[in-house]
Amino acid sequence: MPSTCKPSNLTSRRDALRLMGAATAGYALTIVRVTPLAATPADMRTAIEKITGGAKVSAGRVHLEIPPLVENGNTVPCAVTVDSPMTAADHVRAIHIVTEKNPQPNVISCRLGPRAGRATVSTRMRLSDTQTVVAIAEMSNGSFWSGSVNIIITLGACLEDLI
Amino acid sequence: MARALVNIPPKAKRGEVITIRTLMSHQMETGFRYSTTGAPIPRDIITTFIATYNGEEIFRAELFPAIAANPFITFTTVATESGTIELTWRGDNGFAASEQATITVE
Repeated sequence: MPSTCKPSNLTSRRDALRLMGAATAGYALTIVRVTPLAATPADMRTAIEKITGGAKVSAGRVHLEIPPLVENGNTVPCAVTVDSPMTAADHVRAIHIVTEKNPQPNVISCRLGPRAGRATVSTRMRLSDTQTVVAIAEMSNGSFWSGSVNIIITLGACLEDLI
Repeated sequence: MARALVNIPPKAKRGEVITIRTLMSHQMETGFRYSTTGAPIPRDIITTFIATYNGEEIFRAELFPAIAANPFITFTTVATESGTIELTWRGDNGFAASEQATITVE
């Protein structure tokens, strides 16, 4: 857009800075794209935005149970519990788990409803590195809640012997 | 073929919340690993898990490569009526397996 780049259109120093900021943000985004070895916190944010569709995520109501120190990242038991009465009017619609540094941020996406009785899901996952794991719950009223845990891994997944 | 371990209580009181534990034998190859010759090992995972209660869907999960080998999933449901609970796993390379259990509700 040549018109916005003309100096005459920059009414203030603030506008100029804003333009520069936008340019830098675009550049940073391209840098993230060329290093797909491990998902970055930015990739986790993108994954969360994809889940929520840009809606606000509040902290609380979601409890993520994972041992804080894990020896083997290949099988990490984890349980997610959400505070919810689980009635037809007020229940948890979905539970998602995302990680910060795994090669791909998503771990699992569960869909449940009032017939679940309790909003509890547990599974075993892989963790490649010491990182933060986030659980997100989607409520029937459309709100999103999250809980996170920091986990220390001594032996990460993906590093085991080759076949 | 695929072996599944499923734990569903055979009897329950009406309205009781029961816990269903499932374990499906599957290597869950992530697609991020390389063989000794340096060739990437293609992804081979279970992608979908669905539970139905008398034909009605009660739980569904989408799995990603970050789920450990032999996916273990636990969830709960309300025992509403006697009938069958069917669990279905679907995945890459046409993987499909299902398991059924009957439950008597008093």
